Amino acid sequence: METLSNYIADYLELSGLAREILYAVLIVAVAAGVFMVALTISGLLTLAERRVAGRIQSRVGPNRVGPLGLLQWLADGLKLIMKEDLVPAAADGPLFRLAPYLVIVGVFAAFVSVPFGQLLIAADLNVGVIYLLAITSLVTVGVLMSGWASNNKWSLLGGIRAAAQIVSYEVPAVLAVLSVVLLSGTLSMQGIIAAQGGWPWHWYLFHNPFTFLAFFLYFTAAVAEGNRTPFDLPEAESELVSGYNTEYSGMRFAGFFLGEFANIYLMSAIATTLFFGGWQIPGVTPEQQATSWGLQLVGLLIFVAKASIGCFVVIWLRWTFPRLRVDQLMSVCYRYLVPLSLLCLAANAVYMLLIPAGSMIDRIIHYGTAAFGGLVGLIFLWRVFHHIRSVGDRLDLNVLARGQKGRFDPRIQARRYGKFRKKRYSKETG
Amino acid sequence: MTEVLQSTPDREELILNMGPHHPSTHGVLRFIVHTDGEIMRKAVPDVGYLHRGLEKIAELQTYPGYMPFTDRINYLEVMFTNMAYATAVEKLLGTEVPPRAEVLRVLVCELNRIASHQITLGCITMDLGAFTPFVHLLRERERINDLMEALCGNRLTFNYMRIGGVSQDVPDEWLKQLEAFLDHFEPVIDEFDSLISYNEILIKRMGEVAVICAEDAVGFGLVGPNLRASGVDWDVRRDLPYGAYPQMDFQVPVGMGEKGTVGDCFDRFIIRVEEMRQSCKILRQCLANLPEGDIKAKVPKMPRPPKGEVYSCVEGARGELGVYLISDGTPKPYRLKWRTGSFAGLSIIEHISRGLMIADLVAVIATLDVIAPEMDR
Amino acid sequence: MLGYEAVILLLAIAGTIAVVFVGLSRFLGPRNLNEEKTTPYECGVPPSGTARERFPVRYYIVAMLFIIFDIEVVFLYPWARLFRELGMVGFVEMILFMLVLLVGLVYAWRKGALEWE
Repeated sequence: METLSNYIADYLELSGLAREILYAVLIVAVAAGVFMVALTISGLLTLAERRVAGRIQSRVGPNRVGPLGLLQWLADGLKLIMKEDLVPAAADGPLFRLAPYLVIVGVFAAFVSVPFGQLLIAADLNVGVIYLLAITSLVTVGVLMSGWASNNKWSLLGGIRAAAQIVSYEVPAVLAVLSVVLLSGTLSMQGIIAAQGGWPWHWYLFHNPFTFLAFFLYFTAAVAEGNRTPFDLPEAESELVSGYNTEYSGMRFAGFFLGEFANIYLMSAIATTLFFGGWQIPGVTPEQQATSWGLQLVGLLIFVAKASIGCFVVIWLRWTFPRLRVDQLMSVCYRYLVPLSLLCLAANAVYMLLIPAGSMIDRIIHYGTAAFGGLVGLIFLWRVFHHIRSVGDRLDLNVLARGQKGRFDPRIQARRYGKFRKKRYSKETG
Repeated sequence: MTEVLQSTPDREELILNMGPHHPSTHGVLRFIVHTDGEIMRKAVPDVGYLHRGLEKIAELQTYPGYMPFTDRINYLEVMFTNMAYATAVEKLLGTEVPPRAEVLRVLVCELNRIASHQITLGCITMDLGAFTPFVHLLRERERINDLMEALCGNRLTFNYMRIGGVSQDVPDEWLKQLEAFLDHFEPVIDEFDSLISYNEILIKRMGEVAVICAEDAVGFGLVGPNLRASGVDWDVRRDLPYGAYPQMDFQVPVGMGEKGTVGDCFDRFIIRVEEMRQSCKILRQCLANLPEGDIKAKVPKMPRPPKGEVYSCVEGARGELGVYLISDGTPKPYRLKWRTGSFAGLSIIEHISRGLMIADLVAVIATLDVIAPEMDR
Repeated sequence: MLGYEAVILLLAIAGTIAVVFVGLSRFLGPRNLNEEKTTPYECGVPPSGTARERFPVRYYIVAMLFIIFDIEVVFLYPWARLFRELGMVGFVEMILFMLVLLVGLVYAWRKGALEWE
């Protein structure tokens, strides 16, 4: 940010107070821009969730509002704003109103240190990782507050369970992140990306088998922290009617909702930064990337693609798995994830002590783990195709699906679906 | 219950109202759950929210005129309620149903069993958090709905059977469509199994949960898949044969404690999957052996059965569906009583709910397949 | 600069815009309050008792466990950052620290503190 500001000030030949004002204006613009980007991302994620859910459930998902349904989230936001602002009479007024703000602020303020590109980070804090993990803890306070303030037994139970869950799963998440911090020696997000490279065997994911494990530990813990299925007991519709946000309606509910989806993107972005090499382009060094705007753009696209794949996996998990019961959830955390992540951290430290970085055996382990990871991916893909074929079905990647056009037998079908309906009526009656 | 609910004086128990308006209770059910926040002391059911006086209505309708009301006893297993009522009146009248009608009755009953189990299995997985299998099964159920709509004009409340037979004959084209459906659906059951039945999380949520031993099951009067899951090998189709079932060859799945103890929720779940397969088998046999002939015996327009009483039961998707009919010689019944599987299923919930968690209560209600209209009538 | 201006600004902007949206909702949305709308939701029947009941002590135990492990993690942060400089000595010290806490976890496990939650 400073370099950019200096660059523009030199270009316009400003000095003194004007430079400071320019810097201030730039900072405000960047902060507002980051917030808007984060808001758009979380809105688009709500749409993506509904489309992906539709395709998984062999239906279409919203496709009416805007081309391919891309403006659906704006319509939803507008609808929620126009709803009645209802605060229950028995609820604790100030706390009830404060809770959504805490959730929004807690999640969106973390976007300030998400490295979208090499120069596209609002604030490259030298404690970036700690900052990210700490500021998202505001969500816990907000959730607990909403459960308590609603003065509703269901909300209370939901809020406490949510808080217990988020807080417990922070431990394995942070321990997994610390494995990466060990390797990179720095807490700054750009520093961690710079310590990786573009090709998969340079990523921390394939650095050694223990970081491979650390990624899965982090991902599981992050999904649990974000209250997503299979860990979404606090908002389990069928059990607690919606848990801690039962009493919330309208824009206040939208606050929680947007916070949850921004959190999904955030955890994918953190996973991308820490494990997948961030914005690094294969075959291009960061110095080369710093000089060219085109390569910067490619880096941004690479980062967004990697984070989007992470988001897709999170959404996919939601619509595939049942949910865990709360005691199973806690037992997974404290009996499996915490000991495993402590072990992982210790093993990574031993690895670093025994094997000097950059040596031949280090590189062999990189290639070996990358090959293993590739093999796992290939086996997974093969199993997917095998299952699809064994049912006698075919792969349908038509994500832009517009619905079936009368695939059923018309002699049995009594109606047609979608836009043919009008035509049929006019032929019959008119 | 109109008592005001207070917690105990030392405020140890939380009394939660899993009330009539709740996303997971199947129909309009209410449970008053005494819990300490997570583990339940007991869950007291409160029924009657869907009571429509259908048994009293029977005393005001003629025998044929009551048939549409039987649809509404349980909208998910309509053919079974139709058939139970029709066989009861036929027993009183002494009419003999022509063989084609018998086989047609079995055919539509098994099709309805598949449809009902699709909803049940979908609801079980949906209540446990996996939303997708429900939608997939609904997609398959749409095909059955289309078949039924072509046959009797209705997608949910079929009103297909009449006293003495069935009301519509099946065209050959429909039989071909049914065969196409069977060819399509049998692999779908295997796909369902491979996708969700043996999912680790599902096994953890349902295995070893709410075990109902055989003595309890018989003692509380459970029937159908619930009873068979507890290890009791009783199926009305095989043990008290009626209709065309003696000619059919099928197996009756019994709970084997595959992923836990015999009689846990997982047994109740997996038995219904297996029953869908057996229904497909019976359907293919019906298709192969459909005799020619009438579809309805000659029955007077206003039948006056002689004075007497009869109990006639069929094996519905939720178990033994019984009709106890007393007639006094007039065109209207004197008393009609329905005995449904859901009522017994609900009555056992209070007994087994001690020590369960609230999340388990949802699994129990779903796997016991409690349908409110059948319970309250 | 350390970059915290952007943080403070984003906190302020996020808070302001969130408040603006909810405020907008107050003006754009209808206001028809009646008795039933503002009672707490308990599945369609009048709520039984208050919500200010005691809640289980399990959550307190979870909170204590979390505090212990979180403090451990707080000590692990600088160690992980400076691992290369600290070398073998730092490693051994930290392993002993983690072992002590692991023993604590095992103790809590065996004593049943991890049951039901």
